Amino acid sequence: MTTPSDAVPGSPLDPPPVAPAALSATRPFYWSVRRELWENRSLYVAPLIAAGVVLFAFSLSAIHLPRHRLEALALEPARQAVAIALPYDFAAMAIILTGVIVGAFYCLGALHNERRDRSILFWKSLPVSDLTAVLAKAAIPLAVLPAIVFVVTVVTQLIMLALSTAVLLAGGVDAATTWTRLPVLQMWLVLLYALAVLALWYAPIWGWLLMVSGWARRAPFLWAVLPPLALCVVEKIAFDTGHFGALLSYRLGGFVEAFTVRRHGKVPLDPLPGIDAAAFLAAPGLWLGLAFAAAFLAAAVWLRRYRDPI
Amino acid sequence: MPCIDARGLRKAFGATVALDGIDLSVEEGRILGLIGPNGAGKSTALNAILGLTSHRGELKVLGRDPWKERDRLMADVCFIADVAVLPRWMRVSQALDYVAGVHPRFDRAKAEAFLAKTAIKGTSKVRQLSKGMVTQLHLALIMAIDARLLVLDEPTLGLDLLYRKQFYDTLLNDYFDRSRTIVVTTHQVEEIQHILTDLVFIDRGRIVLATSMEDFEQRYFEVMVSPENIAAARALKPIHERQVFGRGLLLFDSVDRGRLTPLGEVRTPSIADLFVAVIGGPSDEAKRAAGQGATA
Repeated sequence: MTTPSDAVPGSPLDPPPVAPAALSATRPFYWSVRRELWENRSLYVAPLIAAGVVLFAFSLSAIHLPRHRLEALALEPARQAVAIALPYDFAAMAIILTGVIVGAFYCLGALHNERRDRSILFWKSLPVSDLTAVLAKAAIPLAVLPAIVFVVTVVTQLIMLALSTAVLLAGGVDAATTWTRLPVLQMWLVLLYALAVLALWYAPIWGWLLMVSGWARRAPFLWAVLPPLALCVVEKIAFDTGHFGALLSYRLGGFVEAFTVRRHGKVPLDPLPGIDAAAFLAAPGLWLGLAFAAAFLAAAVWLRRYRDPI
Repeated sequence: MPCIDARGLRKAFGATVALDGIDLSVEEGRILGLIGPNGAGKSTALNAILGLTSHRGELKVLGRDPWKERDRLMADVCFIADVAVLPRWMRVSQALDYVAGVHPRFDRAKAEAFLAKTAIKGTSKVRQLSKGMVTQLHLALIMAIDARLLVLDEPTLGLDLLYRKQFYDTLLNDYFDRSRTIVVTTHQVEEIQHILTDLVFIDRGRIVLATSMEDFEQRYFEVMVSPENIAAARALKPIHERQVFGRGLLLFDSVDRGRLTPLGEVRTPSIADLFVAVIGGPSDEAKRAAGQGATA
């Protein structure tokens, strides 16, 4: 019943160049992810611009770098590394924050724009399931964007390292102090960890935004933001409690627990031993969030199947 | 196994009934024209066939349930919908890359060969192309797919005469063969009359006429009757009558040709004229739609 093509002999056209079986199941997913990057160039352009701004600011500050370095070296050894690492941490945070904002706007448009310009009819005319399409879109904030942010941050920090080394050499300060005081590899390991934590912790937010994007007929941003706020207000007025609001702020900021900052009084992005990954993985908030993310994504798949173009 | 097999196909949007029990069977190798006024349910029927909308009743396309197996069905089915749906941000080369990436039966070389005959450049974005060129691009993508069923929903809407003619010529000469099936809806019926093998009129969610074109030509006759013969002609009960240049143009259903020949010049009516005769009466909208078909 379901072996159609073979039943059509004698076609005057050439046989298909690729046998259907030769296409693996992951190919539609791979190309769906690529198409998201084609359509949403801000996914990599925005982090690159953030990196450019960071580098610009850093090169402006380079005039004072030799003086600052001498001041930093006068501190007690434990604080030297922190002082030297500070601009690198700022650079990472600026690029990560850009990534989060870009991810949020990407999600809000991902299932909305294709319905608004009716291109969904073209996507649906191809043998790609709604599940594959939605998973490809979810993979952007969960995996692709963190990878982009990681690469851009590492390259930015490398340029900063090279720049500071050159400036210090020219300023007559021992440039090796950067490399001896700054745990570069560890810094990048922590960055990788931070991005993974953020992606997992924010997964329900990405899922929620994607679901609203697939549901709203217009203004997905308002539909994504206002109902949760309204719920907070209703709860406050009706019961004079703030549980939902606390839940939201926990979701937005709770990932810092993964860095056990407060518990041990350590500075974020400090040496890896200060990080309690096991505690993060054991946090119920993480798993509850992932369960919600799965539910939102399932709803997004359903909506993509049922909702008509706008 | 019919290519499309629908039994009692129904679809309602709230209180509005879009499809009110459609029975339709399309065999492989046919070119079916689905003709109806605006809002008659054509697009809903096509959407159900393409797995874009849920439905009630039985529907099998190439042996599959389109709503449940849309993604697998789309390996064998292509469609061009009534609006230019190619994403405007996409480059021509990206469109080729993407379809080649996800479609197991896409022959990229064929699509490129077709595009080489047009003015479309690979680096152009869809938004930079004219409407006619977007349709050419879509057609190039579709024709390079070795599909068994092609669904066209107003594919030439908004195109000028040259593009429209080229569209159907290309489709017939370079694409269609007896192993493929095409379903097309359009208001510009006179442009497809000569390519159709089957004809279905649909109105208010129901099929009001379903015929092969062979039967159409043997069953319906249009006679140009001069005033002195008009009474005799009317006695044969025409299904429709109109005046052209002071002579009566009468449409007959299943009347022996031999009885008509003495009354005037007998010919096969256009689909548009039959459409007006069958559907035109009650609804103004139907008249307007048919008028579009006749004058465009």
